[in-house]
Amino acid sequence: PPAHSHSDWIGPPDKHSNLRPVIFYVPPEESALERRLREARQEAQASNQRFWARHNRAFRQEKEEFIYSRLKAKGLEMRDESGQKATLNAEEMADFYKDFLSKNLKKHLQYNRDWYKHNFRITFLMGQVALVRALRWLRRRKKNVEQ
Amino acid sequence: GLFIWRLRNTGVRQIPYRFVNLYHIANDRLISFQYFNFLKRMYVTQYNKDLSQRAKPKSDSAVSPFHELQQLDQEKKVVHKISPVSPVHQSWSETLVRNEWREMKSAAETEDSVIPVGAGSKEDRQWKEMKLRLDDLPGVLARLSKIKLTALVVSTASAGFAMAPVPFELTRFLLASFGTGLASCAANSINQFFEVPFDSNMNRTKNRPLVRGQISPLLAVCFAASCGVPGIALLTLGVNPLTGALGAFNIFLYTCCYTPLKRMSIANTWVGAVVGAIPPIMGWTAATGSLDAGALLLGGILYSWQFPHFNALSWGLREDYSRGGYCMMSVTHPGLCRRVALRHCLALIGLSAVAPVLDITTWTFPVISLPINLYISYLGFQFYRDADRSSSRKLFFCSLWHLPMLLLVMFTCKKSVLEKEDKGDLPGRSRERAMEIRLP
Repeated sequence: PPAHSHSDWIGPPDKHSNLRPVIFYVPPEESALERRLREARQEAQASNQRFWARHNRAFRQEKEEFIYSRLKAKGLEMRDESGQKATLNAEEMADFYKDFLSKNLKKHLQYNRDWYKHNFRITFLMGQVALVRALRWLRRRKKNVEQ
Repeated sequence: GLFIWRLRNTGVRQIPYRFVNLYHIANDRLISFQYFNFLKRMYVTQYNKDLSQRAKPKSDSAVSPFHELQQLDQEKKVVHKISPVSPVHQSWSETLVRNEWREMKSAAETEDSVIPVGAGSKEDRQWKEMKLRLDDLPGVLARLSKIKLTALVVSTASAGFAMAPVPFELTRFLLASFGTGLASCAANSINQFFEVPFDSNMNRTKNRPLVRGQISPLLAVCFAASCGVPGIALLTLGVNPLTGALGAFNIFLYTCCYTPLKRMSIANTWVGAVVGAIPPIMGWTAATGSLDAGALLLGGILYSWQFPHFNALSWGLREDYSRGGYCMMSVTHPGLCRRVALRHCLALIGLSAVAPVLDITTWTFPVISLPINLYISYLGFQFYRDADRSSSRKLFFCSLWHLPMLLLVMFTCKKSVLEKEDKGDLPGRSRERAMEIRLP
């Protein structure tokens, strides 16, 4: 993001986690509350990134292994004569999807709890910051009017 | 403006542009899994649940074989890239992000507004300023509240209102519809608020406003509150408390039960079906003020309809659901998924037959609706037997036109309020007479 910008910038989705990274703007006179908000957002971002990057990587790897083992069981190679990658159809993949989902269910439940906590905390802090800013703006206006 | 934008976005014009992108991508060293996802999205967007987005099966089938090949090539390249990665993967992705950022920096400086038409992939790859622009706001809010789905919900509520055996009151009808619409907007916004990281990972939902950072979560919640509270108040005070209570209950059911349940158990589908069944009940209670058998029948019809609709849709999304951690029947209990879809198609026939018994419609309704109900049941049976993508897609697309047609036929066969129809009347004449009486 350009150096003179006063807002946060959000980027394209990450290759592994599919989440969009945010670069947070740190204002020179950042209050303690605003700092807590920014840190909460950064922490949530990092935690989400970690989870999804690892999860998606595991998915892809396990999917490859599954395809390989199934093809081997069928006596086929990974690539046929024309050099095209051999795949399994949707019905065969369904076994893998079912298996993967049940294996990761507990991990997801834990992640859900964490995500909801982060989300509520960030939104609440955002609300507080917005309120403080609004009051500050009102006070400034009152002062201008009095002057 | 919004609708035109949507149409253009999914128009056939897009496809040649994206083929050009494909060649670019194949030659690019940094082949991102994201581009692969993006291609899949174009195919998967046809699965949009919204009624008004009539997908084009023809262009779909033309594109998909090509997709499959490209997807495989890219997938292989991505996999080979990933395996030699060290345990310090987090810092790697950060450097990657920083590299991408440096590349995009120049582009970002010139391009910081949303391009409404085309260039979807270019838009995706750029860094955007997280500042809310007032002229973007209507579009963003429309997508946040899933305005097309809301429109569908309001139309089912209006159908419920219209079917109620009371004289038609326009103001009441408008209040009920508007209140229901507001409640639906609120519920959809909260749903998106809860689901940001999951939506980012699924092709169908990757471009939602909160995922793209076009609106802050705080604003999303405030918008939801500013829709939900007036909506429910409007229903409670302007229509009747029963409708208001149903509306509030539906918002609660959707946001606090269905949304978390999606990741916990397959029971979410049944809860979701109830969520879909409540709007017509709300319409009916708005008109009559009481919850009678007719309301429940209408609710029942919509409840049953949800299953072939959703189960067929979810059949093609199994990979995304599995990776995203969603507990859906299509992934965990595929046999049950198809059985339930078929069962409810047949139930629709039964429910249509009950309608004249409850004096909601004339006996002509089950007769006229039989062909379409039989057709959807036939597709349901094919889906049950074949369990493949083509049968699931056929069933899904059928469900999109089946429901409006069924409701329309039901309305035209409605038993008039003032005059009791003779059983021997011809269908055309009875409909005509019913229409005459209904006009204010």
